[in-house]
Amino acid sequence: MLRRLLVFVAVAVIAGMLVGGSTAAPNDTPFPVTITAGNGKVTFARPPSRIVSLSPTATESLFAIGAGKQVVAVDDQSDYPKSAPKTTLSGFTPNVEAIAAYKPDLVVASYDPKGLAEALRKLGIRVIIHNAAATLPAAYQQIRQLGLVTGHRDEATRTIGRMRSQIARIVATTKGRATGLSVYHELSPDFYSASSSSFIGRAYTLLGLKNIADAADGSGSGYPQLSGEYIVSASPDVIVLADSVCCGQKPSTVAARPGWGTVKAVRTGSIVRIDDSVASRWGPRLVNLFRALDSAIARLKA
Amino acid sequence: MEATASHSRVEPVRPRGLAPLWVCVAVAFLLVSLVLGVVSGPVDIGIGPILRSLAEHLHLPGVTSSLSPTEDAILWQLRVPRVILGALVGAMLALSGATYQGVFRNPLADPYLLGVAAGAGLGATLAIAYLPAGLRGQQVLPLAAFLGGIAAVVAAYAVGRSAGRERDAATLILAGVTVASFFTAVQTFVQQQNSDTLQQVYSWILGGLPTTGWSDVWLILPYVVVSAAVMLMHRRVLDVMSVGDEEAASLGMNVRRTRLLLVVAATIGTAAAVAVSGLIAFVGIIVPHAIRLMTGASYRALLPLAAVGGAGFLVLADVVARTALAPAELPIGIVTAFFGAPFFALVLRTSRAGSR
Repeated sequence: MLRRLLVFVAVAVIAGMLVGGSTAAPNDTPFPVTITAGNGKVTFARPPSRIVSLSPTATESLFAIGAGKQVVAVDDQSDYPKSAPKTTLSGFTPNVEAIAAYKPDLVVASYDPKGLAEALRKLGIRVIIHNAAATLPAAYQQIRQLGLVTGHRDEATRTIGRMRSQIARIVATTKGRATGLSVYHELSPDFYSASSSSFIGRAYTLLGLKNIADAADGSGSGYPQLSGEYIVSASPDVIVLADSVCCGQKPSTVAARPGWGTVKAVRTGSIVRIDDSVASRWGPRLVNLFRALDSAIARLKA
Repeated sequence: MEATASHSRVEPVRPRGLAPLWVCVAVAFLLVSLVLGVVSGPVDIGIGPILRSLAEHLHLPGVTSSLSPTEDAILWQLRVPRVILGALVGAMLALSGATYQGVFRNPLADPYLLGVAAGAGLGATLAIAYLPAGLRGQQVLPLAAFLGGIAAVVAAYAVGRSAGRERDAATLILAGVTVASFFTAVQTFVQQQNSDTLQQVYSWILGGLPTTGWSDVWLILPYVVVSAAVMLMHRRVLDVMSVGDEEAASLGMNVRRTRLLLVVAATIGTAAAVAVSGLIAFVGIIVPHAIRLMTGASYRALLPLAAVGGAGFLVLADVVARTALAPAELPIGIVTAFFGAPFFALVLRTSRAGSR
C-alpha cells in the first residue's frame, strides 16, 4: 500500500515536472506572490498563462527568462526576439478592448497612458507597470519581478547574474583603457543625446568615459539637445550612434557632416553603431552595448 | 493746439512710403543681428580672430587666421551658414506673412494660413515614417516637406474656387483652414501608426535651424530669391488691394490673378523655408505687425522692411536658441514665440496709446 502510494507520488511529481517544463505551469516560485511595481502592489495566486506585453523591454526580459511560452501577444514595437507574438497592439495608444480580446491574465506595460491600468483592473486583468529604469539595479529588479510572478524565479536570477558578470568583466577590462576618453551618444541626427543622468549614460560612467552631454544637461532631464558647434569643439574620442536604424546614420554619414572632419572619433574611426532599440531599452540585451563599447575602445587603444 | 490735433489725426491715414530713417533702423538691426549671430555661440571664438579669419578667407594679403582647424570648421561650416540660413528663413516668413495679410485683408493671416504648415508636416511625417532610413536624409526630407506644403495650398485653392466666386478672400481662408485640419488629421494618424518615429517628427515640428552647413542655404536660395522678388515687385499692388476687391477691380486690376500670383510666390517661399527649418511659429505674423505699428508703413514700405526685420529677428532668436542653455539647444520656435509675443504686446500697447 505504502509502496503503491510512493510510486503514485513519484509518477505525479515526474509528470508535474514534465508538464512544468513543457507548458505554462512553471513552479519554482512559492505562490501566492506579491510584488510592488510602478502601479503599486500586485498579487498573483498562480503564474499567469496568458501574458500581453506592451513593453518591448518586458518582452525581451520575459523571453530571456523562459516565460516566452506564457506570452500570447506583444505590442507593435516589440521586435525582439523574433519569436515573440507581435501584434498590432500599441503600448503608446493602447486600446483596452483590443487587449482584452486576447483574454490576458497579465498585462505588462512600460507606462500607464490614459488610465490603462485602471481600465484593465476593472476587467479583472492584473497589470504590471514597469517604468523606464533609471539605474541598473532597477532594471535587474524588473527582471527579478517578472521571474517571480511568472514562476521563473531561478531563470531570472541566472539571467541577472549573467548580465552582472558580463558587464563587470567588460568594465574591469575596459575601465583602465577608457579613463580620460570622452564619448558622445547620439539619439538623433539633430543631436539629441543622453547624459550621465540617463539610464544609458550610466553605462558610460561605469566604463569611466566622460560624457560630453553632461555639460548641456543643466535641467538633469538626461536627454539634452546638443549644439552642433559644441560637439565639434568637444571633439569626443568615441561616438555612439543610437540612430542608425531610425535615421540611417553611419560612420560615413557622420564623417561627411560639415565641420565634423576635425572630430577625434571621426579621425580615428571610433564610431560605434548600436541598435537603436538596444540603446533605448533596459533589458537583457544591455550587455551588447557594453560589448560594442569594449571593442571600440580596444581598437582605439590598439 | 487745435490745428496740431487735427493734423495728427489725419496723418496715420495717408500711406507712407519708405522713410529713410526706418530703412536705416531696419538695416542696422539686421547687421547687428548678423554680427551677434556670427560672434556668439557655445564655442567662444572672439571677434578679432573671426575678423582675421574672414580676411584670410577673402584672400587679403598679409593676414593669416589664428583659428585652429576645429574653430575654423565651427565658424565657416557650421555657424556662418546657419546665420545666413536663419536670415533667409526669417525674411521669407515675415515677407510671406505681410503679403498674406495684404492679399487677404486679414490682420491675423500668417504664412501658414492656407495649410503650408500642415502639408509640410504631413510630407515630413510620411518621409520619416515610410522612407528607408538611408534615403530619408538631408535631401528627401526637405523635398517631401516642400511638396506637402505646396500640395496643401493647391488643395485649399481648389476647394476655395469650387466654393464660389463671391467673397473670394474669405472663402479661400476657410478652405485653407479646412485643408489644414484634414492634412493635420492624416499627419497625426500616420504619426500615431508609427509611434517609433514620434521623436523625429516632433523634433521637426518644433522647428529649428539645422547645422548642416551650406547645403541647405543653396537648397532654398533660388526659391527665396524668386518668390521674394515677386512679392516685392507687387508691394504697391497690395496697397491697392487693401481698399477692397471691387475697388481694386474698378481701378483696372485683375484681383484674382494678382492674388493667385502672390499666394503662389508666398507659398513657394514659405514651403522652402519650412522644408529646411520646420515649423517656426510667430515670425510671419509678429514681424510685419510690429513694423506696421512702429512705422505706420503701407505695404509699399512694409514689405521690404518686413523682409529685413524678419531676417534680423530670426537670426537673433537663433542666437538665443544656441546660447541660452549652451551647450544645449532650445527649439527656435519656442524662442520666437516666447520673446516675440511679449514684444508684440508691448508694441501694440504703446502704439495704441500713442495714437489716442
